[in-house]
Amino acid sequence: MSINWFKYSAPSTFYHLAGKLIPWFAVPAAFLFVVGLYIGFFVAPPDAVQSEAYRIIFIHVPASILSMFIYLLMAGYAALGLIFNTRLSSMMATSLAPTGALFAFISLWTGALWGKPMWGAWWVWDARLTSELILLFLYLGFIALQASIDDPRRADRAGALLAIVGSVNVPIIYFSVKWWNTLHQGSTIKFTGTSMHIAMQQAMFITLAACWLYVIAVSLARVRSIILERERATQWVSELQEVRS
Amino acid sequence: MLEVSNLACSRGDHSLFTGLNFSLGAGELMQVQGENGSGKTSLLRTLCGFMQPVAGEIRWRGESVKELAEAYFSEMIYLGHHNAIKDELNALENLQISTGLAGCEVDDKESLAALRRMGLRRREHLPVKVLSQGQRRRVALSRLLIGNVPLWILDEPLTALDVGAVDLMQELIGEHLSKGGMVIFTTHQPLQVAGVTTKQLMLS
Amino acid sequence: MNKLSLLGLLVTIIRRDLLLAMRRRSDVLTTLIFFVMVVSLFPLGVGPELDMLRKMAGGIVWVAALLSSMLSLGRMFSADYLDGTLEQMLLAPQSLSVLVLGKILAHWMLSGLPLVLIAPVLGLQFDMSPDALLVMVLMLLLGTPILSMIGAIGAALTLGLRGGGVLVSLLVLPLCIPVLIFGAGAIEAVNTGMTIVPHASLLGAMLLVALAFTPWVTAQALRISME
Repeated sequence: MSINWFKYSAPSTFYHLAGKLIPWFAVPAAFLFVVGLYIGFFVAPPDAVQSEAYRIIFIHVPASILSMFIYLLMAGYAALGLIFNTRLSSMMATSLAPTGALFAFISLWTGALWGKPMWGAWWVWDARLTSELILLFLYLGFIALQASIDDPRRADRAGALLAIVGSVNVPIIYFSVKWWNTLHQGSTIKFTGTSMHIAMQQAMFITLAACWLYVIAVSLARVRSIILERERATQWVSELQEVRS
Repeated sequence: MLEVSNLACSRGDHSLFTGLNFSLGAGELMQVQGENGSGKTSLLRTLCGFMQPVAGEIRWRGESVKELAEAYFSEMIYLGHHNAIKDELNALENLQISTGLAGCEVDDKESLAALRRMGLRRREHLPVKVLSQGQRRRVALSRLLIGNVPLWILDEPLTALDVGAVDLMQELIGEHLSKGGMVIFTTHQPLQVAGVTTKQLMLS
Repeated sequence: MNKLSLLGLLVTIIRRDLLLAMRRRSDVLTTLIFFVMVVSLFPLGVGPELDMLRKMAGGIVWVAALLSSMLSLGRMFSADYLDGTLEQMLLAPQSLSVLVLGKILAHWMLSGLPLVLIAPVLGLQFDMSPDALLVMVLMLLLGTPILSMIGAIGAALTLGLRGGGVLVSLLVLPLCIPVLIFGAGAIEAVNTGMTIVPHASLLGAMLLVALAFTPWVTAQALRISME
């Protein structure tokens, strides 16, 4: 079965495909969220060391993992758009950015909520959280740059360059922050349970999967509205039902 | 030597022109015409490589301009709306630096000769900010006299020039064409070179 | 008339930028004054106890250097952009990267180097030891060019945009954090009697990598911004 992938790289066809795909991701995402959080908050036993407070990790860990992965994905799409001059790739990068920023933000908040019972302070300059904060700045920089450029082509390409430079820098930043933290004997927020109870593992995987599906659903939805905005002068957009009404 | 095939350009997300074909050979003069906003400046800037065309190809001496990159740049000069001169420097310094940045070192004698030919005698050492608009344009145009590049891409070269300078420009272009050079330009003022028929390119 | 070598091209652009700055001296001074002011604000904010200031001195000087660099970045390309000289550079028959490197070096000489030279004086205000002062100067010498180079990418991407200095800072500051960490870390290391070799070598390595890559990346960013 050979799928003509290039057909779907045209905004007009992708628009319809995305519209059809969204429910397939959104519904399972919602379902898995409910299941995962239920298991995490009610079924999994309290941790030996951190008792109930640790439960925040079921949100914190997926958010952290995804915030980093989305940045790479965003940079990847942006690079594709820059190298191959495909508009849709750049639009995907633009649509991923706010979600990535949101996850970074959630990761920071949940990290603080986790840190407070453990260390008594809302923010302890833990290496991972500090890197997460810098990652949030990188996201905000990308969004701000694209927002300040009127010409969509220039916005795509400038954002792509920034994202690529950012992703090259992320390991360097992470390394230097980690080094800075250990040097100053900073506190670490970590899950130090000896082994994770099976229910905890389940809950973690399920919420991670739920977040993934959410990201896909939301990005598809966002890219559709970006397509509409960017292609508003074309004929196929003016013929769409949602535009005519 | 310059061949454009099936060129399409857009500004932002809306298209300026499509399917443009033309060629420019040695000794030829081409004027790009069209209404305001029809893409004349964008076409010239695309020929310079500032903008990537949406479709089509630009070839110089048979090779794609994109691949040639710096080899192409060494054979062309672009003069746009900006004069590309520094207010704080004088005319001589400006000319020497402009040619220096284009990769050629030129001595005082040659630079002064060029400036004087452009009618800037006794003004070569004044900071450019005290010169008039027309004189600044002359400083910018003096670059054409130095360096032996075949292709001149000129976007409204006659702006701010007085009648004498316009005649001079027409003369210079004529000399350039007779040496085998080629010129593509836009203008809002009439520009005619004696003994040469101007090819017209209409953008709609 | 003869062709210029790449080195000759580099020298031409650096001389040009320095010449332009000499005829418009205020730009250099404002960055310097800003630097001095920011450093002086900290004691006013946190109190004058020398013990505390001595510990914070390295960090304060570095943060101030970062902020001053950010502030001066707007000037790197904007003047050339506005009068059309930049687009002529894009048409250079020789490497644009060489011209960009020249501009970055000239910018550093005008904005970064003065900071390096005045930093020891400010360090004395914080009662830093001679060792610490020496290390600070060395680290600033290695680090400020990196700031100019990373900043150049930001300046090139934000050419002609509203939002001015703040947008560039938002883009560039996160990327400069490693320089800050190792630069200030070295000063602290020397204060606690530890070796600065890891800091200096890391900063040196970053400088070399930046030298190798940033001119080219900045050139690409300029082409993107000049479409």
